[in-house]
Amino acid sequence: MLKRKALLIDLTLCIGCGACQAACKETNNLPTEEEDKLSPTAYTALEEHGEIYVRRMCQHCEDPTCASVCPVGAFTKTAEGPVVYDVDKCIGCRYCMQACPFQVPRYDWSSRAPQIHKCNLCYARLKEGEQTACAEACPTGATKFGDREELLAEAWERIKAEPGKYVERVYGQHEVGGTSILYLSPVPFEQLGFKTNLQETALPQLTWNVLSKIPNIVTVGGVMLFGIWWITNRRDEVKQAELHEKIQQHNNGKLN
Amino acid sequence: MKNYLKHWTFWKAVAALLLAIGAVATVVRFGLGLGAATNLNDQFPWGIWIGFDVLCGVGLAAGGFTIASIVYIFNIKRFEPIIRPTILTAFLGYLLVIVALMFDLGRPWAIWHAIIMWNPHSVMFEVAWCVMLYTTVLSLEFAPVILEKYNMTKTIKVLKRISIPVIILGVLLSTLHQSSLGTLYLIVPEKLYGLWYSPYLPVFFYFSAIAVGCAMVIFESFLSSRAFKRGLELPLLSQIGKVCVMMLSIYAAMKIVDLKDRNALNLLFIPRTETYLFWAEVTIGIIIPIAVLVQRRLRENRRWLFVSAAMVVIGFIMNRMNITVTGMEAASGTTYIPSFLEFGTTIGIVTFGFVAFYYIAKYFPVFTEEHHDEMHEAVTASQAWSKDIKKVSHAL
Repeated sequence: MLKRKALLIDLTLCIGCGACQAACKETNNLPTEEEDKLSPTAYTALEEHGEIYVRRMCQHCEDPTCASVCPVGAFTKTAEGPVVYDVDKCIGCRYCMQACPFQVPRYDWSSRAPQIHKCNLCYARLKEGEQTACAEACPTGATKFGDREELLAEAWERIKAEPGKYVERVYGQHEVGGTSILYLSPVPFEQLGFKTNLQETALPQLTWNVLSKIPNIVTVGGVMLFGIWWITNRRDEVKQAELHEKIQQHNNGKLN
Repeated sequence: MKNYLKHWTFWKAVAALLLAIGAVATVVRFGLGLGAATNLNDQFPWGIWIGFDVLCGVGLAAGGFTIASIVYIFNIKRFEPIIRPTILTAFLGYLLVIVALMFDLGRPWAIWHAIIMWNPHSVMFEVAWCVMLYTTVLSLEFAPVILEKYNMTKTIKVLKRISIPVIILGVLLSTLHQSSLGTLYLIVPEKLYGLWYSPYLPVFFYFSAIAVGCAMVIFESFLSSRAFKRGLELPLLSQIGKVCVMMLSIYAAMKIVDLKDRNALNLLFIPRTETYLFWAEVTIGIIIPIAVLVQRRLRENRRWLFVSAAMVVIGFIMNRMNITVTGMEAASGTTYIPSFLEFGTTIGIVTFGFVAFYYIAKYFPVFTEEHHDEMHEAVTASQAWSKDIKKVSHAL
């Protein structure tokens, strides 16, 4: 059984050097200038919150909303962990952007053939058994690559080992059913622009609850509509038959 | 006569101008991309092309399946005279929704992917299939009007034979995708403002679609009676108004229960933009129309009926715009005001719809005084029957 890979990002260790973005851009052949926000040419970006730097990127959800909403299945949650995008399927509807709870996917607004852009957790490198470019480049170990279960255990060990250093929460453990990017923070996450109002169950369940009822709606509805038609139609036929009978009787009566 | 002519020249000039604006918008959209034509951005990826052109467009065309099921499934044949214009409206509505979608999709040439690349977990996938199939159904439902003009009786007979299954299919498909447009928004529980987000969004969308479908039938009957100088089926329309007020009442009751169940009643009184917009929406679209249409005297008065139907339509549009735009704004971290070209495209598409309706109704038997609908001889039979009744009762 393949273990799902993940990243543990410890915000207390991040010095804001930007090596992760530089390595990311190099690996993905993106223009090299520094960017402070996610964009079609920046799959990861550093946000400054006072002394603390926060790395933004696709969270690679365990049960990804983007993969669920895409009408043509352009997103896939791979066995290794990365959520990858296939432009050859994409029709450009942007439901993934609308639905992503982390507002991650970026779009080529100025292009006539726009694509979605986001981190792919270095899927190509992962398949070769390597770690992500950003984790490899990180000089302080703030971004650490590994198996999700092991990193999660390590995150809690770090919290317990130094009480008071971290808030007692691993962001990404439960959010929308869990993500492959896990964060440790010295201050409450909401102060750093993290969404803390997310539910713990995966979002795709919300729509699946309804979609899974469709076969029943079609069967029951179809039978019901046909039944109503049959009854109302039959009623008309009977009425007409009775009427013809009456007319005939009436005419017969006249003849007699 | 001269005034009449002037009047129409004026409206034709207006239509031409609006279509020209739409044409400019089209050139910019496809020449320079979505970024140049719209005010959309990464935080706000869906604007009025989805909110108005698609969500309102599909809803406003709901008269098609409502009237079709009343006439053919429930066999209430007295509504027959309004079925053709209603089906035409629905058919044009859906075609225009597809046109609008081609503007909004970033990669419109790939739209056919939904046919072969399936994702049954996606609401959008389901909507795509339903819209595709239902547009086909509408073309079959409307085809007799075209065929009649060219006397293609054989084809009409074939259509007649399959008409009931086709109409049942149409009602099912409409039920599915009218509600699914609401299901689209179930996936954004923390983005859509609490006055609108509800686990019952699909049900709300369904009932409001039927209500607005009825309102549109009334609304457009008035417009066509003016444009084509023809009589108005006022008693019929009052009865449609009755169906409309029933649907609005169910909707209103469910909305109250839903707000209460989610402990969201307090949201009704928080002083912020969403609250005002919500109250405007329900006052215009629900409260006043219910208050008017429950009264038989007002329902049977042409002016009151028309005004309340128009209010239902406006309220419906406000509801869909609140869900797609204003209700999503606070959580997006940005503001979205549609660009001139977004409005231009929308206006162009709507104008095209009016113009197409006008010419089709002018050259094809859409409004038939003697409704010799060959697709459903049952009607003529039932009319003959009612004449028979009169004869018999006279004779007896």
